[in-house]
Amino acid sequence: MSEPVYISSSPHIDSGATTSKIMRNVIYSLLPACAMAIYLFGLPGLRTLLLCTLGCMMFEALCNKLGGKPGTLSDGSAALTGILLALNLPPGSPWWLALLGAAIAIVIGKQIYGGLGYNPFNPALVARVVLLISFPVQMTIWAAPTPFSTGFDAVTAATPLGEWKTAVMLTGKLPENLSAGTLNYLTGNMPGSLGEVSALALLLGGLYLLVRKVITWHIPVSFIGTTLLLSGIFWLVDPTRYPDPLFHFLTGGLLLGAFFMATDMVTSPITTKGMLIFGIGCGVLTVLIRLFGGYPEGVSFAILLMNAVTPLIDRFVKPRVFGTMQEVKG
Amino acid sequence: MSSSALKTFPGGLHPPDSKQATAGKPIELSPLPVELILPLSQHIGAPAEACVEVGEFVLKGQMIGRAKGFVSVPIHASTSGEVIAVEPRIHPSGRLLPSIVIKPDGEESWCELFPADPEKLTAAELIERILQAGIVGMGGATFPTHVKLSPPDDKPIDTLILNGVECEPFLTADHRLMLEAPKQILAGINILRKILQVEKTWIGIEANKPDAIALLQELCAGTGIEVVPLAVKYPQGAEKQLILALTGREVPSGSLPMEVGVVVQNVATAAAIATAVIEGKPLVDRVGTISGPLIKKPKNLRFHCGTPLQHLVDLCGGIEHPPAKILAGGPMMGQTQLTLEAPATRGTSGLLLFAKEDLPLRPQTPCIRCGRCVQVCPAGLLPTTIAAYVRLDLIEAAEQTSAMDCIECGCCSYSCPAAIPLVQSLRQAKGMILEKRRGA
Ligand code: SF4
Ligand code: SF4
Repeated sequence: MSEPVYISSSPHIDSGATTSKIMRNVIYSLLPACAMAIYLFGLPGLRTLLLCTLGCMMFEALCNKLGGKPGTLSDGSAALTGILLALNLPPGSPWWLALLGAAIAIVIGKQIYGGLGYNPFNPALVARVVLLISFPVQMTIWAAPTPFSTGFDAVTAATPLGEWKTAVMLTGKLPENLSAGTLNYLTGNMPGSLGEVSALALLLGGLYLLVRKVITWHIPVSFIGTTLLLSGIFWLVDPTRYPDPLFHFLTGGLLLGAFFMATDMVTSPITTKGMLIFGIGCGVLTVLIRLFGGYPEGVSFAILLMNAVTPLIDRFVKPRVFGTMQEVKG
Repeated sequence: MSSSALKTFPGGLHPPDSKQATAGKPIELSPLPVELILPLSQHIGAPAEACVEVGEFVLKGQMIGRAKGFVSVPIHASTSGEVIAVEPRIHPSGRLLPSIVIKPDGEESWCELFPADPEKLTAAELIERILQAGIVGMGGATFPTHVKLSPPDDKPIDTLILNGVECEPFLTADHRLMLEAPKQILAGINILRKILQVEKTWIGIEANKPDAIALLQELCAGTGIEVVPLAVKYPQGAEKQLILALTGREVPSGSLPMEVGVVVQNVATAAAIATAVIEGKPLVDRVGTISGPLIKKPKNLRFHCGTPLQHLVDLCGGIEHPPAKILAGGPMMGQTQLTLEAPATRGTSGLLLFAKEDLPLRPQTPCIRCGRCVQVCPAGLLPTTIAAYVRLDLIEAAEQTSAMDCIECGCCSYSCPAAIPLVQSLRQAKGMILEKRRGA
């Protein structure tokens, strides 16, 4: 036999799953939300999407080059970060805001830690929060959806969460027409960040991820479930002051966060038990920040805070080793 | 057949079963090769000691290697012929190990055999016959059977489990044996029951072999042996996972099945026990599945122990291209072979050949902490964490994270999207921990 044979450790077959396939599937799952974003916000929306995505890929390539590392564009993670970032920005974001966000996400959110797999925080969320704190004005200009819009002079309005928060602060009561908008919230006909507005598109994508087994149900279900439960309790206590759970469910970034951001594998726990704790934590923090925090929206902060707790969760929450009565201590 | 209703274990996965090529093919007899290479180590434990010399003429079934110690078994000539060499030869483990090479005379003349009626033998006599016949676990583990059948007095055994799961993809040898020699298997089971005096006997078979399940259920009616279809999930055939699925008992970490009163034997081992006790014939042949994408005519073959792999390949239509990977055993736990010159032994349940395009060759990428390895691990471990400890040389941490509980099933590596060789790291961890323990 002249040809060499491969000598390797078992197993000798694999599932065919690869990192880039996972990333690609997440990108596919976001396509309905992207389509809705472009439909609702027109050219400015498309511009933000393109700038963020291409920007992230560019900064990723640059970092690889400077670090003398092999290219990682093909794993799809940079493109995915770009899309997620865009979906978290106001539709009419200026070009420099989008590019700055891309730079923050890739360089500060990911590459300084050593790249994919080593970053403790979700890169897109790091960028969103840094931008929100540094450019509070630009980050809270919400264009009202104007389907097929081509102009950049869109009418601005408050997001439903923002509207509610302002009303409660001024009058101590919910605005009157709050739940009248349910149908609009479902389709996305409300002001908000590019990707958070269409609940239907997000649910469709989330379902795709579950069906394709890219993610498991643990994080989205515990995150959303906790949010509904806790906001429901507050609503029952004082329905004139606290919005109902459906409002929480459909507005703001809950669905985008629960299905696509909190499930980021790198920054969430590796055990299913840990994922449940993570999801519950995200839900509790989201409701508390929304109801009592200074910002109307709490999903990003909640996820980032739970990202920070993830190493701790992984340290203490371990699967039960076969044949042992209790969990092994780390 | 809904798998949720069937008994099973936590963790595990569903690799494509790839059994279609041979599941319907009756077992064929392999003709004699030109030379038989019989390693003195075809089992776990101390190698046997050669007791024949070059030039000597041996009969089929004659002992040619003596057991050395309790955890060891004798080796027998698998045909009649001349001993042409006693020397190190390539072993399925990849090492050069002492072997006895026989040039068959083509007569297949048996040595003097002593058939017996198991009813008339005591448990001790039965165990002695099993030892003298060189019976080992034929599912691939090759642990000497007489040792498993001699539990210490303080470990009462109340349950016997026959493993007919065959959860490794490609392999169909046990399946065919259950269909073609069920009575032989049952005879073996009865001998095992007599030895162990168990209250309960189960035969566990994956639900993807309904014909074998139906046949054995029919034959076992009224015998007190229960044939149980099990969920189709890898590694359903792993000893501890099988015990849990059938009995609900969990073998404690670091212990053997006897700790929970159970002995597990492979169905092929049971058949070999019947042959050994009733006909007096030692373990000189076995059934294996010759398959894989490169094999033209995949088959289930009954071959002489010591048959060179090349001979088996030739019997299955030969190959056009040299193989990129040669596997003894199944694709999840099988061992890569350096060459087709290596022999098939008592533990060879299959021979699989792969071309380069069939191999999952892709570069390793960083762990994305997806948790897939954790979710599939039937042992409840954190494979990615232990692998990281191994990379950092933190052996103590690996030990504390239960690395020793790894059953090397391969589920973690199989599902890892980053192509990280997790099992390899786990095996390395186990090796280093054992070394440390020996040194300590
Ligand atoms: S760590 Fe060991 S027991 Fe767990 S899946 Fe990997 S090989 Fe199997
Ligand atoms: S399966 Fe691979 S990538 Fe996923 S957590 Fe385990 S080692 Fe990491």
